Amino acid sequence: MSTVVLLLITGLGLGALYFLVASGLSLIYGLMGVLNFAHGSFLTLAAFLGWETARALGADSWGALAAALLVGAAAGALVAAGTELLLIRRLYERHIEQVLVTVGLALASVALFDGIWGTDPQFIRGPAWLAETTEILGARIPNNRFLLIAIAILVLLLIVLFLRFTRYGLIIRAGVENRSMVTALGIDVRRAFTVVFAIGGAAAGIGGVLASHYFGYVSPQLGGSLLIFAFIVTVIGGLGSLPGAAVASVVVAVLQQFANFYLGGTGDLVVVLLLAVVLLVRPRGLFGRAA
Amino acid sequence: MSAPVLAVRGLAAAIGHQPVVEHVDLEVPAGSVTAILGRNGAGKTSTMKAVLGLITRTGGEVELAGERIDGFATHRIVQRGVGYVPEDREVFATLTVAENLRLAERDASPRRELVAELFPDIIARSAQRAGTLSGGQQQMVSLARALLNENRILLIDEPTKGLAPKLVTEVADALARAAEVVPILLVEQNLQVAKRLAQSVVVIAGGRTVHAGPAAEFFADETRVERLLGVHGEASA
Amino acid sequence: MTAIRRLWAKPAVRWGLAGALVVFAAALPLLDLVVPGVLPGPTYTPGTLQILALSLIFAALALSYHVLFGVSGMLSFGHALYFAVGAYGLGIVLERTGLDLLPAVGLTLAGAILVAGVLGAISLRVSGISFAMVTLAFAQAGSVLIRRNPGVTGGEEGLGLATANVPDWLVGVADTRNLYWLALGVIVVVFLVVRWFERSRAGHVAAAVRENELRVRVLGLPPLRVKLLAFVIGSTLAAVAGMLFLLLQSGVTPRAVSADFTLTILVIVVLGGVGSRWGAVVGGIIYTILDQRLTALAGSEWVDALPAVLRIPLSEPLFILGTLFILVVLFLPGGIVGLAGRVGRRRATTGDARDRLEETT
Repeated sequence: MSTVVLLLITGLGLGALYFLVASGLSLIYGLMGVLNFAHGSFLTLAAFLGWETARALGADSWGALAAALLVGAAAGALVAAGTELLLIRRLYERHIEQVLVTVGLALASVALFDGIWGTDPQFIRGPAWLAETTEILGARIPNNRFLLIAIAILVLLLIVLFLRFTRYGLIIRAGVENRSMVTALGIDVRRAFTVVFAIGGAAAGIGGVLASHYFGYVSPQLGGSLLIFAFIVTVIGGLGSLPGAAVASVVVAVLQQFANFYLGGTGDLVVVLLLAVVLLVRPRGLFGRAA
Repeated sequence: MSAPVLAVRGLAAAIGHQPVVEHVDLEVPAGSVTAILGRNGAGKTSTMKAVLGLITRTGGEVELAGERIDGFATHRIVQRGVGYVPEDREVFATLTVAENLRLAERDASPRRELVAELFPDIIARSAQRAGTLSGGQQQMVSLARALLNENRILLIDEPTKGLAPKLVTEVADALARAAEVVPILLVEQNLQVAKRLAQSVVVIAGGRTVHAGPAAEFFADETRVERLLGVHGEASA
Repeated sequence: MTAIRRLWAKPAVRWGLAGALVVFAAALPLLDLVVPGVLPGPTYTPGTLQILALSLIFAALALSYHVLFGVSGMLSFGHALYFAVGAYGLGIVLERTGLDLLPAVGLTLAGAILVAGVLGAISLRVSGISFAMVTLAFAQAGSVLIRRNPGVTGGEEGLGLATANVPDWLVGVADTRNLYWLALGVIVVVFLVVRWFERSRAGHVAAAVRENELRVRVLGLPPLRVKLLAFVIGSTLAAVAGMLFLLLQSGVTPRAVSADFTLTILVIVVLGGVGSRWGAVVGGIIYTILDQRLTALAGSEWVDALPAVLRIPLSEPLFILGTLFILVVLFLPGGIVGLAGRVGRRRATTGDARDRLEETT
């Protein structure tokens, strides 16, 4: 029983990370048709900057963690918005080339991080409580899982509120459904592009700082390794669907944990298998609309 | 005769590499309804989309109230005062009726009263998702989106397509009322509706204007209607 | 310029030029050519031949990807998997069975065709971006399998070439030129296979599918089967390149199946020019040499002496290549070959190349 609880909550924590990456990917894809390979780099950069911030402020205080999260979110948002404005926008409506540009950016930025911070993982510290465990139903759960889950839920809530109650949110929801009709109502939908990139970048940035606590280190490969699973989550959930991304994040991560424990470390393979099955049975994903 | 609200000269457009509009000339005089007629695949919808910049223009000129607008991005053209009611309505299915309308509001003081007067049905369903409305109701939402703003012209594409006869009359009534406040360029397969609303007609075939003139004169010549549209003036396509 | 173009249009001239190029390439190991700044040493030295052979392997790999992306419009993010199937497959067969090289190659090829057929059939149930994701996921699974089974694959350490059943003339540094000639032979064959496919009925259908799947469906041709055929051919050719890689490098590491490696193939194809066979070849050669030179540059004293702002970017070859790639996508849609073609042909190429790239959605 305690193992099940531990796997479940750890899975939820990992799912929270997947969601922080996948939510942005899914929104960006839904609105713009762009698959953003540079998303992992936004995450990695935020993780490094968050780590530097926390280090400068004394890593074991809660204030430093909060500052790291803020810096991570801001860095993610700024870099993402800059990417959209400087690179993606020039290739308006050319989806393949937009994907290629993000591929180039991903390769170049990871190499740059290698150059700046080195290829070895940097082990990090946080508030002492995060490294401790809490006992639930006999399972000793690392506390950072709770932080991850709480923040991911908060981010989900904020994005939902933003989408529901702001004009940009309205434009984004409409644009995901039918972008050309949004322009035919006299709205410059490109501004919404920058906004979704910034939101996605901020979520990934927060994810980066949290990921460094979940794994206990920062490395230039951090974003790339999460990105592949976030892609899988996005496809399983249905490209462009925020609820789909949320549900699929949890399903994929929990499944991965259980398979790793009970099926001899086959978590990654089981996830790929799940992807294959979902695509065979329901090619548009769990929550995807009919094409 | 006063200057036309919309003047299209030698318009050509393509989807991908496929030319869909070859050479279209048309004018919409102020205070009137102009109907674009033609058989299926003649290029009527494409003409409208090309005017709006929704498909790639490859030649020709488009003037709105004397200003060249070809080459503008779609949202700029619309902001200049062009309302668009697309074929198949294209309401945002996952948004509520109220959200659909709110999204369309550009003016500081949108004409909510006019919309409420014309379409009480849909105002009563404000909180409902547009995707759950009937085809007729969706058409009303689509029309309402265009009527909310003070436009120079409305481009309305097959508003009665797929509607039950009673609804056709209702939509035509709404269009007649709309025509009192704004000129309309109308694509309409239902010749009865076109006959009722339009003062002038433009016939397109193979992506080219093949006839333009007063509506009354056009519909009077049944052999010509038959020849150009392949239907009798009395029948509806 | 027009005179050159008219000459180029004659098949005899083109075959003649291509033949001359191959003969020249074949003669390189016997010549003492020095290209300072491009090649590390004279062309007859094993080090230089190693790089040239590697560039030919990457060119062959790029050609195999061209069958998927350039011809058929399938944006796969898992092409490295088939390269790895070739390299690891051959390595494992040679190590675990007593087969000689040729039968081992045959067995590996059969395995590659099987894997490509099964995974291709599943992946092709979706198209566009979903297809890209599925292929990425399968490659990721392959990567996990290889890393997690060190008993068979050598795990992170990689797999060495078991030389017991490999003919002597292919083993050892002194025999690099034999490997180079083998690579040259392979790329000629791969090029001809790709050319044959593009000109076959299936190739025309594949191109039509790229441009307009709906139209092909209306015509009653089976686009799915043609796409699967292209997928299997491209993947099998990638496996051939992988086998050659194993022989040349005397081993293979899990990097060969990483997502980064697939992206590298994509970079090569786009750099050279999407939709062009020669583009793939040129891209493969230029990329490999550039990568090699940039790595040398990164380790040079000259870079070491620079301030950090310049030193860090310049000491990361992938940073420079990635940036170069972005610039090519933004400003040079036809790639290197497109640029060369444009010199003679005026500006029309830009539009064509962009459309060509975009048709693959």
